[in-house]
Amino acid sequence: MTSFDLTDGVRSLNQHLQQPHDAATQITAVNAKGKHAVAVGATQLHNITIDGNVGYYCGGMNQHAHIHVKGHAGPGLAENIMSGSVRVTGNAAQYCAASGHGGSVVIEGNASARCGVSMKGVDIVVRGDVGHMSAFMGQSGTLVVCGNAGDALGDSIYEARLYVRGTVKSLGADCVEKDMRAEHKEQLRALLQGAGIDDLAVDEFRRYGSARQLYHFDVDNASAY
Amino acid sequence: MTDTSWMRESATFTRPVIAEIERAARTGIYDIRGFGARRCVPCFDDLLLLGASMSRYPLEGYRESCRTDVVLGSRFASKPLHLDIPITIAGMSFGALSAQAKEALGRGASMAGTSTTTGDGGMTAEERGQSKHLVYQYLPSRYGMNPDDLRKADAIEIVVGQGAKPGGGGMLLGQKISERVAHMRNLPEGIDQRSACRHPDWTGPDDLEIKIQELREITNWEKPIYVKIGASRPFYDVTLAVKAGADVVVVDGMQGGTAATQEVFIEHVGIPTLPAVRQAVEALQELDMHRTVQLIVSGGIRSGADVAKALAMGADAVSIGTAALIALGDNNAEHEEEYNKLGTSAGFYDDYQDGADPAGINTQDPELAARLDPVEAGKRLSNYLKVLTLETQTLARACGKSNVNNLEPEDLVALTIEAAAMAGVPLAGTQWIPGQNPL
Amino acid sequence: MCGIVGLFAKHPQVSEQLGSHIAGMLAQMGERGPDSAGVAIYSDEGDGQKLCFRCQSAQHAEQLMALLSKQLSEVQTRRVARHVVCQTNNPESVLALITTAAPDATLMSSGERMVIFKEAQHPSDFIQDHGFSAMSGSHALGHTRMATESAVTTAGSHPFSTGPDLCLVHNGSLSNHNRLRRLLQRRGVNIQTENDSEVAAGYLSYRMQQGDTLTQALEASLEDLDGFYTFAVGSRDGFAVLRDPIACKPAVLAETEHWVAMASEFRALEQLPGIEHANVWEPEPARVYSWDKNGAVQ
Repeated sequence: MTSFDLTDGVRSLNQHLQQPHDAATQITAVNAKGKHAVAVGATQLHNITIDGNVGYYCGGMNQHAHIHVKGHAGPGLAENIMSGSVRVTGNAAQYCAASGHGGSVVIEGNASARCGVSMKGVDIVVRGDVGHMSAFMGQSGTLVVCGNAGDALGDSIYEARLYVRGTVKSLGADCVEKDMRAEHKEQLRALLQGAGIDDLAVDEFRRYGSARQLYHFDVDNASAY
Repeated sequence: MTDTSWMRESATFTRPVIAEIERAARTGIYDIRGFGARRCVPCFDDLLLLGASMSRYPLEGYRESCRTDVVLGSRFASKPLHLDIPITIAGMSFGALSAQAKEALGRGASMAGTSTTTGDGGMTAEERGQSKHLVYQYLPSRYGMNPDDLRKADAIEIVVGQGAKPGGGGMLLGQKISERVAHMRNLPEGIDQRSACRHPDWTGPDDLEIKIQELREITNWEKPIYVKIGASRPFYDVTLAVKAGADVVVVDGMQGGTAATQEVFIEHVGIPTLPAVRQAVEALQELDMHRTVQLIVSGGIRSGADVAKALAMGADAVSIGTAALIALGDNNAEHEEEYNKLGTSAGFYDDYQDGADPAGINTQDPELAARLDPVEAGKRLSNYLKVLTLETQTLARACGKSNVNNLEPEDLVALTIEAAAMAGVPLAGTQWIPGQNPL
Repeated sequence: MCGIVGLFAKHPQVSEQLGSHIAGMLAQMGERGPDSAGVAIYSDEGDGQKLCFRCQSAQHAEQLMALLSKQLSEVQTRRVARHVVCQTNNPESVLALITTAAPDATLMSSGERMVIFKEAQHPSDFIQDHGFSAMSGSHALGHTRMATESAVTTAGSHPFSTGPDLCLVHNGSLSNHNRLRRLLQRRGVNIQTENDSEVAAGYLSYRMQQGDTLTQALEASLEDLDGFYTFAVGSRDGFAVLRDPIACKPAVLAETEHWVAMASEFRALEQLPGIEHANVWEPEPARVYSWDKNGAVQ
């Protein structure tokens, strides 16, 4: 077990996470105190626990590592994540998993506005609610919301897949409810399981995705913009 | 043939304006095209250099050297870029351009000892393979963005905007979203890409500071971080970029090119390169950061005269986009017949968004793209860069400089009142700088 | 751009330490706002009205205090760096005296409970020079500035006050403030700088003069103000927070039994007592959150 005290900054932790290692290690980071860029750019498989709250971009561009934030996370959590996982026990601020390419992000509390904005393959699971404009321009990947979704869910969505259990305040441009077939339930089941959520039934969720009407500009759709 | 000699055209509703209104009525969509602003604006042509005479002495062209090298990114990065010439290749996307064109740019730039820049859509292996120095753009769309490429790059350019469309995002229409482009951008093949005009995870210079810190942490504080802005309010924007922690600021004037943008955006938003350079330099000087944070300017750079004048106004380097493509073969008369079939002519072609470029540069069509030989085109670019450099040196030497960076505003005068006011240099033959001192 | 912080005390212990807490919060916002800093503190210290003047130097401040003690002995004064805080039952006479005898002194704030301190200095210097640890009160707002389009001057710093006991701090950038400024000026609102935030403050004052409550004025601003903003507004008895409908500028709220706090970044809240157990959330867009001595205002 390696420990890092972040009181003097995030440099040594981040450098460590980018060094080649033979085997995965357990790492604890303390005194995060809302600092920015904690555990960013990891390139190695490590299991990292962060005790406390983090500021912006925790886990940014993560590859392979598993990060567990025991607290709240600021804006841009796991932005551009490539692989590996990031889990937060508290809430995540806006832009959670922005432009994420892969891996998984699990929020045990609520995520704020623009959760999954521009997502490109990441799988996001939020136990609580998500704020407005979530999955905005979502290209691929999945967003599972066990609570409620705010306004303009999936606005301008491409091929990302959304599953929502609670209410959706409003849908964004070109985002529609779609039917849940066996393969979707399978996918959702696996995602919930991966997130450690075993008390919710997949039948309680609804699926949302692109109506694919805005893929080519047509003047008759202009009001959608 | 109708006798038109007595006819009077309206200055407000000219034939091109009439044609555009008719096109809009027919299609219901705004006109999208490539290239930069076509209209005439005050530019470097309105400035002249003051060569040596009795009070100043020129340098000999052969024995007495005139240095052209430049270091970019020394403020915070541990590995700044050392370029042989103060002319770089601007960001242009693979997607907008063919793979062959990107490779040609890399070859030409490397031969000249300078850098190229990726564009929207990410880094191709061809470009990284060919470019000795590669700047990696970090754009609002984040297509293809990944930490491995970030680390392979020699510098990172955070794009806030570009001169052709300050406030707008990237545009690529379905006909250019080929399988490879779609794969790199994580989009379905053949659809029209939508533009993101703001970054997805930061808004404002206060957030930008934190984002720059994150990028440095991911790349071990090695790479210079550039911030690129489309010229709009460059005084404030450069100030904020510096305060947010940029190593280099790139300012792109309204003449800057684009692969696909709405015509109204290109022609009616943003300010010309000429006043943008002056305002950017003023901002740096006021912060006491001139030369500490380097300034690269772009938007209509065509000859060594433009380079010399931009440097004289205080830029550390310039960047070329449209000119580089023309050097590769864009709008070349050898394709005149094909231009005619497209309803245009060599020198007028700008429908890059259609992906049907006869020169094989602004296209994803494999047959058209195969027309460009990257080795030969790379050589042409390298030749052009060499000429730009020689011209710049010639002019600098004539002004008595042994280093092109020693050109200064006092080496310049203006031909028009507008240019004098915009550039902050006197009207030729007078001491007058409009707005700054009495006649 | 900027960092903003706000703290409302529900418990006497927090009230006593208010100055320390707000200074600690402000210190964390120095990177996103290095150009200038300002704090507004609301308290019941002393009788009558509070007027705060900023002088050209600490020496000028001392001279001003001497002048007041000679001419208007009723007035109680104390110096905080270059500021002179006056406690008086006769504010008009103080204003009249200073306008004629000390015209270089600028009025920073007026009201029953509010005092504003501002300087164009780095937040850490600002905190050091103003001795906040000795101050107590019911609520406070703070601001650190990275100037965008207007000058870095003390006058251009926040909090902006355009009415007694009313002040505003702003993180963001308005886009229609020029036209709105001219309109408000025609209606008699005194706006002194080119700063967009001052226009927002002026707008709220104007609406409240017309009879709106603070909440109503803030709700009206959603229609009339364009741009990106997180506002924190201080009023005589409480404070309010509002984010624009797009809500891109950051904001986080936290609440315990003993206090309510807001900040642009979470790390500003880290040193507040009981933060580990606080309810922490991001305010929703286009929704006014406010608290006063009677609790949360619904």
